[in-house]
Amino acid sequence: MPADPRRDPAAMESTLTALTDATFEEEINGSDEPVLVDFWAEWCGPCKLLNPILEDLASEYDGRLRIVKVDVDESPDVARRYEIMSIPTLVVFQEGVAKKRLIGAKGKGQLAQELAEFL
Amino acid sequence: MADPRDVLIIGSGPAGHTAALYTARANLHPLVLEGEPSSTSDQPGGQLMLTTDVENYPGFVDGVQGPELMTIFKEQAARFGAEYLTVKASKVDFSVQPFSVWADDDEYRARAVIVATGARSLMLGLESERRLLGYGLSTCATCDGFFHRGEKIAVVGGGDSAIEEAIFLTRFADKVTVVHRRDALRASKIMQDRAFANAKIEFRWNSVVDEILGDGKVSGVRLRDVSSGEQSDLGVSGVFVAIGHVPNTDVFRGQLDMDDNGYILTHAGSRTNIEGVFAAGDVQDHVYRQAVTAAGSGCMAAIDAERWLETQPRTPANW
Repeated sequence: MPADPRRDPAAMESTLTALTDATFEEEINGSDEPVLVDFWAEWCGPCKLLNPILEDLASEYDGRLRIVKVDVDESPDVARRYEIMSIPTLVVFQEGVAKKRLIGAKGKGQLAQELAEFL
Repeated sequence: MADPRDVLIIGSGPAGHTAALYTARANLHPLVLEGEPSSTSDQPGGQLMLTTDVENYPGFVDGVQGPELMTIFKEQAARFGAEYLTVKASKVDFSVQPFSVWADDDEYRARAVIVATGARSLMLGLESERRLLGYGLSTCATCDGFFHRGEKIAVVGGGDSAIEEAIFLTRFADKVTVVHRRDALRASKIMQDRAFANAKIEFRWNSVVDEILGDGKVSGVRLRDVSSGEQSDLGVSGVFVAIGHVPNTDVFRGQLDMDDNGYILTHAGSRTNIEGVFAAGDVQDHVYRQAVTAAGSGCMAAIDAERWLETQPRTPANW
């Protein structure tokens, strides 16, 4: 029986802004703050576990680092452009340029350490 | 530092959740340190978080998705008051009552502890793995199969995990080559039959991976025939490794008795060498390793902990 996301109790609703193939460029280039992009998909278990941690960090880093999401299933062009081959992959952009790439889900403490240089 | 709990559970696969359900229903107010997100099976929900169809968990006629099953387990335990923290135990002290467990900088104390930290997948141990992880080499087939549409993939291993991954990956890949060091599979018969009947799956018997090839991203694997010693390269865009498991027991080393492979030794049900510390699930089982056996042993540990606590006088020190 294929998973039906509408019935899946683990189906995810995120408070983080979703960027798409259409909006990605403008949002990333136009941001004054560094932007952390979470490349994810609905069928990725570790991605779902990571989301609440990213939501926490987004409110802690409010005004210093923006955190957004890209669904690789819905926005394959962006995923391809940044050669995403594994999810979750987190990419930090500064002035529109990809500066750091983190592969795989991580705990909050480890993520905070990795992101400290951008705050 | 809060007052000690009756029960602290470390880990949140089928064993941890079931221990939480039973101890919650026994009014023991369990706290579960469920672990931290990772892309290996050492994460909240455990190994099932990286699987798709679970067809052998009783009660689900049409099967159930692994992550969905773990969500249900957790919700059921939480309904009876089990509390969950998304933190990973980094240190324990089982030498004095009440026991102490640390996660990040916080200390948690409890009169009884149930260890259910499970097992994670072994990797090959090659330098190239570190370099190519996330660039074609993956620890999570359900996460990353999608990126290999129309490509060729290698799956290393011959057990149930390997064959399940190989079959799953044929949804995306044109060809999946199973690389196995023996000349026969260890996987269950039904999975073997499905793999042999799948036109997209090929086998390289008696072969091991000497190197994962690729500059920047995976381009292939260097195989060695274990009987002839002959090497050959196989072009693939993706490599998925499922050669076995290693228990998540590093933090218990020197305190809990373990076998040579690091699995916790249990006796008389779920008891460890420390009175008041119990172990359940794959962390103490390298034989059965099923969701249903892990759940069953989580129940055993909960009952053992409850009965043991009943025999313990409550003193000011551990109340």
